[in-house]
Order: sequence, then C-alpha cells, then structure tokens
Amino acid sequence: MSEAMTAVPLTTSDGRPLKSALASAQLRAKRRAFFLVAPLLLFIIVTFILPIGQMLHRSVYHDGLSANAPSLKAWFAANPEGTVPDEAAYAALAADFKTMKVDKTAGIAGTRVNYTLPETRSLITATARNADDLAPPYKVALLAVDPKWGDPAVWQALRSASSAYTMDFYLISTDYERSPDGTIQRVPENTRIYVYLFVKTFILSALITVICLFIAFPVAHLLATLPMAKANLLMILVLLPFWTSLLVRTTSWIVLLQGQGVVNEALIALGMIGEDGRLKMMYNQAGTIIVMTHVLLPFMILPLYSVMKTIPPSYARAARSLGATSWTTFRRIYLPQTLPGIGAGALLVFILAVGYYITPALVGGADGQLISNFIDFHMDKSNWSLAAALSAMLLAGVLVLYWLYDRLVGIDNLKLG
Amino acid sequence: MAIPIYASPAERAWQYAYRVICAAIFIFLVAPILIIIPLSFNAEPYFTFTKEMLSFDPEGYSTRWYDSLLTLGMQAPENVRDASWWSDAWNNATWIKATKNSLIVGFWATILATVLGTLAALGLSRPEMPYRRVIMALLISPMIVPIIIIATGLFFFYSNPCGIAGFSCGRLTATYIGLIMAHATLGIPFVIITVTATLSGFDQSLIRASASLGANPRVTFFKVIMPLILPGVISGALFAFVTSFDEVVAVLFIAGPEQQTIPRQMWNGIREAISPAILAVATLLVIVSISLLATVELLRRRSERLRGVTPG
Repeated sequence: MSEAMTAVPLTTSDGRPLKSALASAQLRAKRRAFFLVAPLLLFIIVTFILPIGQMLHRSVYHDGLSANAPSLKAWFAANPEGTVPDEAAYAALAADFKTMKVDKTAGIAGTRVNYTLPETRSLITATARNADDLAPPYKVALLAVDPKWGDPAVWQALRSASSAYTMDFYLISTDYERSPDGTIQRVPENTRIYVYLFVKTFILSALITVICLFIAFPVAHLLATLPMAKANLLMILVLLPFWTSLLVRTTSWIVLLQGQGVVNEALIALGMIGEDGRLKMMYNQAGTIIVMTHVLLPFMILPLYSVMKTIPPSYARAARSLGATSWTTFRRIYLPQTLPGIGAGALLVFILAVGYYITPALVGGADGQLISNFIDFHMDKSNWSLAAALSAMLLAGVLVLYWLYDRLVGIDNLKLG
Repeated sequence: MAIPIYASPAERAWQYAYRVICAAIFIFLVAPILIIIPLSFNAEPYFTFTKEMLSFDPEGYSTRWYDSLLTLGMQAPENVRDASWWSDAWNNATWIKATKNSLIVGFWATILATVLGTLAALGLSRPEMPYRRVIMALLISPMIVPIIIIATGLFFFYSNPCGIAGFSCGRLTATYIGLIMAHATLGIPFVIITVTATLSGFDQSLIRASASLGANPRVTFFKVIMPLILPGVISGALFAFVTSFDEVVAVLFIAGPEQQTIPRQMWNGIREAISPAILAVATLLVIVSISLLATVELLRRRSERLRGVTPG
C-alpha cells in the first residue's frame, strides 16, 4: 500500500500533481494579497521614502562649488593632494571667477567652501566681484586682490569642496572641523553646540518619559481595577486630551502658565507669591517639559492600561495570604507583570519626544529647543545640507528605537484608544 | 477597587491618598482643556479670570471674540449685517477661509488614506502575505518618523517632483494636491492600525462560507467583509481626518498662502500677538474633538458587540 502511494504521486482531478497545484495556488494567494497592498506601498514610496531618501542624499552632496568651478575642479583632478598651486591653478581659478560673475553663482560657491573653512564666503564673493580686472599673471593678480589666496588652508578647503560628495556636514553636526593641514579635530570648546543639543534632547526626552511613567502608572492601575462602567467613564478623561488638537492644548497651557496667566494670578490672589515673584513656567525648558508631559501622557496610559487589565487580581491576593506585606506584593508580584506595558509605553513616549517640534517651538523659549527645532532653524537659513545631516542623525536614532520597539513589543500591538 | 477587609490602618490611609493622587492626575489631564472655554467669553482682552467673571457678572462675559473670528479679514466688517455682509464674511474672513481649507484638505486626505489603507490592511491580514512584518513596519513609520524630517523631505521633493527622474515638471509646493498627499501619508498608519485590529477578530472562514454559497469576491467584499469591518474603517478614517485637521508642520513647509488651514492660522496667532480670539477657536475645536471622541467610542462598542467581545 505504502509502496503504491510513493510510486504514484497524488494528482488533482485535472491530472496535475497535487504538490505543484498547491504551490501554484499558494503563489496565487500570495500575489493576490500583495496586489491589495501594492497601491499603498507605491503611494508611500512616492510621498515618504523618495522624499526622505532625496533629503538624506543632500546631507552628503553639495555641488555649490563643483558645478560652478569646472576649471578648478579639473586642475584638482589632474594634480594630486599636496601639490603647491602653480600659475595654471590660479588661471583656472580666475577663469571660474569670471564665469561666476556672469552667472551670479559666487554666493552659492562661497557658501559651500564656507562649510569646510569658515570665513571664506566673503573672500570668494569679493574676488568674484573684481573678476573682470583679473589679468595674467593670475597668481600675482589674485594675491593683489586678497593675500589669503596664497594660504594653503584656503586651497585645501577649495580642493575638498570641489568634490560634490562630502562628509563635511556630518563633521559640522558632530562639532568637528578640518584643520588647515587636513586632519579632523574638534571645534573649540565655546563653539560646540550640536553634541550638547543631541545630549539635551536625549535627557529631556528621558525625563519626560520618566515623569509620564510616574503619572500614568497610578491612573492606569485605577482604570484597570475599577468596575467596567466607572472605568469607561474615566477613560474618556484620558481620551479627551488625546483627541484634542495639539495647538489647542498648547494654547491652554500658555494661558495657564504664562507670566500674566491663570496660575500666577491665582497664586497672587491667594497670597502665596508676591507681584514680583511670578513664576516663570513658560517659554523655557520648564514649559517644554510640562506641556510635552501632558501631550504624551495618553501614549503611556493606554499601553499600561491594556497590560494591567490582563493581570489577574488573585495573584496579589495569593501573595497577601502567604504573608507578604502590601509593598512586597506590589514590588515582587504586581510590578514585574506590568513590565511589558512599561516597556511599550516608555519606548513609544521616548520615540515621540525625541522628534518633537511643535511644542518646543511654541513654548520652549531659548533653552527649551530640541533637535527638530534646529533642523527647522537651518532650513530657514537655507543651510539645507546641514539640516539634512542633522535630520539623518535624528532619523537613525529614531529608527533604532523603532526597531527595538518592534522587537520588544511588536508593531501589531500598537493600539489607539 | 474596594479596600480589602484585612487592610491595616496605614494601608487604608494609603488607599485614600492614592485616590486623591488619581483625582489630581485626572484634573491635570482635563482642566487645561476645559479652562479655556469660560476664558473665551472674557469681555476684556486678558487671559485670566477678571473680577467680573469670578462674580458671575454678565458684564464680564461677551461673545466679542467669537464675533472677531467672523470679522477678521473682511472687507467691510462695520456694515449692517445683511446678506451682502454675510457673503463678504463667507468669501473673505480669514478664519472661514482657513476652515474651508482644513475641511477640503482633511476630506480628500481622509478618502485617500482610508481607501488605500483599508485595501492594504485586507492584504496584510491574509496569512499568505509575503514580507508582512517589514511592509507593516514601513507603512506605520510615517507615525514614528519625526514630522520635521517628513516635512523637510517633502519640501525638497515637491519643489521639483520629477527631479529624481532627471527632468522638471512643475512643482507641488503651494498646491492642494501636494498638501492632500502629505496629509494622507500621515493618516495612513492610523487607518492600518485600526483596520488590522478589527480584522484580527474577523473569522476568515466567513469568506469561504460566502464563496461556497455562490457569492463572487465582489459580493463577498461588500456583503460580508465590509459590514463587519466598517466600524474599524470609520474610526480609522476619523483618526486620519483628525491627523490632517490638526497638522501644522507640513503646512508650514509645503503650503502656500492659499492653503492656510486652521492650525496654521492658530500657529500665527500663538507666535505673534496672542489674542483671546485664539481661545474662541480653541473652544470650538474642543467641541469638535468631544463629538469625534463620542463617535469613536460608540463605534468601538458596536464593533465589540458585533464581534461578540464583551465591552471594555
């Protein structure tokens, strides 16, 4: 019997082997499922992946000099690094300045070199303005316009900027610079801003996450242990802020906390502070922390609640009946069971906090600004490649956290309300 | 949450303290939202309660800030309020224009996000779906990636959308299409999450049952699948709409003066001279969000009833 079965493969009614019929049916089902997802995938690629990819490309690419100084680029290509610029080099430079003056591109070229070596933008724009007076011998002529053209550091910067691809923007956004001899070094202490900014964003986000956890824990516990009808009613109080416009919530906090705001007026009316002792709770770091805690709190309460609801109360009662104190019961029995919820909520809040923009921009004042606000600042100043480099670093951090979230919690378990 | 009978006095005290703490947290959550409602009726241009307001003197209250929402930007706000005054308001008032823009952009972004998102969720819920985890992570990521990065990317991309292919074909910045596409992208994760959650309780054998009774896939979709997942689809759509309705960063980066929405107008109001008119807008928006919340809650309960899950 078994020999007969191995000898004659099973077939479907139309005579095809069962195995290949199943395989083709599965392939069909796979294809059908994929076709349902395909339109959205295409849409997301066009409106999300491509734009971000293009922006990341900008963080290593700036053709301000390379596109506008072709002769100089050719000279650098022909002569290896370390060659002392000869008359041919100065001639190439002068020729490029003449075209820059005609095309009015000295500004963008100067901006590019300026990223590599500060204070060279004005040198380039000023020389381009006098380009018509340049005549051979070009070395003498250029040195007459500005003796800086003899400086090896300037030529080093020109060489590095003449390639469209560069890591300079990542150097800047980690507080490094190129020294005149081409080595990479940290910028002077008093001009380091970006590392501090990343650290500050990280610390503030962590602080907000911890505050959220401490506030959310008792509320989630209450909601999970109350009878259903009461819990549903109180749940609405959690969901109302979740559904309310972010700008509305920010406005309310400004009204409450500003110098002439409700809280300060109430404290003065109660005689707790004097007229000149008004608390500064808005337009500074405190403002950012308070408002962001309020905004992100529901994202902590909801995952905690959904985990706490699944914890059977009999475990705690069993611990008590075996002689544990209420504190021991909480610490050894209840708390460990809530860890999945704590992890999910904390990661979500932290991810959202790290990239926050609106609240710090509106209530952060000078010292409550985060990375996102600096990206916006550089976009405003048209330092696009620098903004892109900062974005890339922020994005990398967020994606690592997202990957961690997926591994620990699973995106399928993301719930809304 | 009854206090157990074996609780010691200290534990009892803690239980009461715990309730007070919870009450304080609920106040922290809700009070800031509710406090702006009375303040929006302030007769004075202040952001705190005046003496008249505290003593419930009718003189202390007025609807002047709601009125200013209508008249701001009008050509002749002082005229008699006849038909031509109202048509002036309808066509020129800044906030009415912003409301129209918010509704137009929100409506089309919601349609786009809901149709594409529901189809994709149906595909993602099939057990045969290849690369399910990766694709799901990709489709949810617009919710996780910082909005400033998305907006920056779109700003460059929209200024020359065909640039990637090497030619130029106009721009998408300062267009409705561009803004609608951006807002749809931001709303899609919410649709995916709510619809896949609804589908996880969906009994796949119903599809086979329907087919065995002679229904073709189209009839099966509209008569069997759709009615069962509709609550999830609607609440996903509401999430997508709220996301668009509340979105300001993408508007700041890619919209032109013709596409100013309500949040964009509020952003202006908060950044520049903040006036109680903002509070009037905020109050109206709170009413909108309360009604949306109520709708979603009702839908959720209906969905759970349909699926035979106890509410909660």
